[in-house]
Amino acid sequence: MTHAHIAARQAPVRRLLLALSAAVIAVFALSALPATAAHAAEEPCDGAYKLSGNVKFNNEPLEGVKIHAEGNGQKCDATTDAAGQWVIMVAEKGEYKVTLNQDSLPEGVIVADGQDTVSAEFGLTKTKAVNFFLGEGKRVTQDLGSQVLQRVWNGLSFGLLLALAAIGVSLIFGTTGLSNFAHAEMITFGALMSLTFGKILGLNLGVAILLALVLSAAFGWGLDAGLWKPLRKRGVGVVQLMIVSIGLSLALRYTFQFFYGGETLQLPGATDPNAVTIGPILTSWVAIVSMAVSVVMLLATAFFLLRTRIGKATRAVSDNPALASASGIDVDRVIRIVWVISGLLAGLAGILWAYFRPGASWDMGFQILLMVFAAVTLGGLGTAFGALVGSLIVGLFTELSTLVLPSDMKYVGALLILIVMLLVRPQGILGRKERIG
Amino acid sequence: MDWVSIFNSGLQQLISPVTAAYAIAALGLAVHFGYTGLLNFGQAGFMLLGAYGYAIPAIMWNAPVVVSVLCGVGLSVVFALLLGIPTLRLRADYLAIVTIAAAEILRLIVTSTSMQDITGSANGLPSFQGPLLAMNPFPDGRYGFGPFVFDNREWFYLTIGWTVVALLALVNWLLMRSPWGRVLKGIREDEDAVRSLGKNVYAYKMQSLILGGVYGTLAGMLFVLPYAVVPSRFVTSLTFFTWAILLLGGAATIFGPILGSIIFWVVLAFFSTFMANASESGLLPFMSTVQAAQTSFILVGVVIMLLVIFRPQGILGNKKEMSFVK
Repeated sequence: MTHAHIAARQAPVRRLLLALSAAVIAVFALSALPATAAHAAEEPCDGAYKLSGNVKFNNEPLEGVKIHAEGNGQKCDATTDAAGQWVIMVAEKGEYKVTLNQDSLPEGVIVADGQDTVSAEFGLTKTKAVNFFLGEGKRVTQDLGSQVLQRVWNGLSFGLLLALAAIGVSLIFGTTGLSNFAHAEMITFGALMSLTFGKILGLNLGVAILLALVLSAAFGWGLDAGLWKPLRKRGVGVVQLMIVSIGLSLALRYTFQFFYGGETLQLPGATDPNAVTIGPILTSWVAIVSMAVSVVMLLATAFFLLRTRIGKATRAVSDNPALASASGIDVDRVIRIVWVISGLLAGLAGILWAYFRPGASWDMGFQILLMVFAAVTLGGLGTAFGALVGSLIVGLFTELSTLVLPSDMKYVGALLILIVMLLVRPQGILGRKERIG
Repeated sequence: MDWVSIFNSGLQQLISPVTAAYAIAALGLAVHFGYTGLLNFGQAGFMLLGAYGYAIPAIMWNAPVVVSVLCGVGLSVVFALLLGIPTLRLRADYLAIVTIAAAEILRLIVTSTSMQDITGSANGLPSFQGPLLAMNPFPDGRYGFGPFVFDNREWFYLTIGWTVVALLALVNWLLMRSPWGRVLKGIREDEDAVRSLGKNVYAYKMQSLILGGVYGTLAGMLFVLPYAVVPSRFVTSLTFFTWAILLLGGAATIFGPILGSIIFWVVLAFFSTFMANASESGLLPFMSTVQAAQTSFILVGVVIMLLVIFRPQGILGNKKEMSFVK
């Protein structure tokens, strides 16, 4: 390598360091701000407006639970009485943040979903009731080792379901060059169909899931037959196809919202308290079954790709469509099969995701689409096994990052490794260099 | 059916500050995609940095408007560098995935409850407009003509918004006919050919990414001015709507983004009020009023698909200019 080369290679590194240090300084400056700068002088806790609530667990009032309300320059505390009641008087109408101190709850009781802070806004009246939803459960009082094990277990569970969706994205990308944003809706479709059959129509859960999977595969078939194949025949470029998939994603997502509404609905058995403990790991039968299903499906996909004729043809098309076509492979048929398999796997991923979150909603697929893309890019775009490796890494990283990051930022870590990965090994873990240029 | 209110709600969008904000964001995307061929799907991230970068100094230190604006612009330049360094050497779709991921990272960070004291978490930051409103030249009260009756604040916001739109369209016009702009177009058509002429393609792409990002940042400031800074406004759909606007008007044109934004919002407002009205008066017995309003978003998705397939150059574009989209 000549001098000029080295200089050219070093310049971006230096620029990167500059940019990074600037970002660090900016973050530092922000965090150094006094936390109370936005608040006015504090006022006493009385006034004409009443925040109140009733803390109960299994219809038993809880005494001595500490409540803290903050907002409009006021900070007030209260403790529940023997009837579980608490009252805080405030001077101004407006919005308040009400926090329930979890340490003051009895052993074995927690606030559901970590929602220990809720915001309360006065409506037309002078009173506002604030309620917390309590549930049975353990707060994180485990030692670090078992915490790590627990997160690894959750991470594997999440990673395996991501892998089901990611392999589809990767196969479609490999065979057609399309970065399919509408994959999110294929995921949602599976969950919503099992919701329709299992809950709304009240069929047996097994039958409902089977029907949902058949329909998901048919959905994949229909997308290729109705949209993507005609576009391939027109010779529409891959960037255009990608934008078409974004439009399709929007249209499908709001169509789902149109029919199913904006709320989250539970699949049958998703919230059953069927806790199982394996050593220090707290889990449920649903989680164990879904991990087993993922592993079986992934093995079946691997067998298909490595051992069957059509699977080998798929990999050939992925490598070089022109050459595959010249050697007598029916490229369109292979692509059709890839869409059917992707639809099936995405639908299954959606059902498992609905149990993992838990809940099925119109935008649930879109919530993990970026995780799926991160997994695919991390493993190497267009490589099926790379997608599996990438998914497991993203799943583990997402869950393990909650050891250091606040839990509402757990996806940030997974998306950050995507960017770091592109810096050091842009072709991904199992990818080949010629795909990236 | 209340036809007057249906037409008025459509016409108001014609000059609303939000239409101006989307036009500016789309002008930025035109620099990225239309002239350089960069697939930036993180415009919502740039807009978010503009909104928070503007609001935080204004709230915390009552900073003058210039300082707030510079803060937002500075943040977005850093953001563009961070995005560009790993991805601009790679194939186009890597930038797409990284930008969309980075925009989501930013949104998740500002929404996090651990950022409560700085960003206000999910509730966002209200009333940051103080320093700007102190300069409002419009007299108090509501006035106007026809459907365009606004209060003095809104008149102020929309005047600023459309002035910025006009300025940036002028900047785009001047830049894209300069030698610098011709290099960008060259990169769009054939990167290797431009490299063989001795141009530093990477540096040009980076400059384009920064410039369009700064447009996005300014758009973000105008976008939140009439309301509060709320993180849920900066979801990926914001980016997709901006893309729809760009493709509608014409990606490689000066006036395309502006025309696209106007048509998009006028038609969308007209359509959703029409559907809501029709549903209320019982013309659509099979859907509720909420459902009727949601149909407009389905329409947006379908319009994006149809445009890209049948008229990729948009309303004002020239098909030859879009031959780079392969």
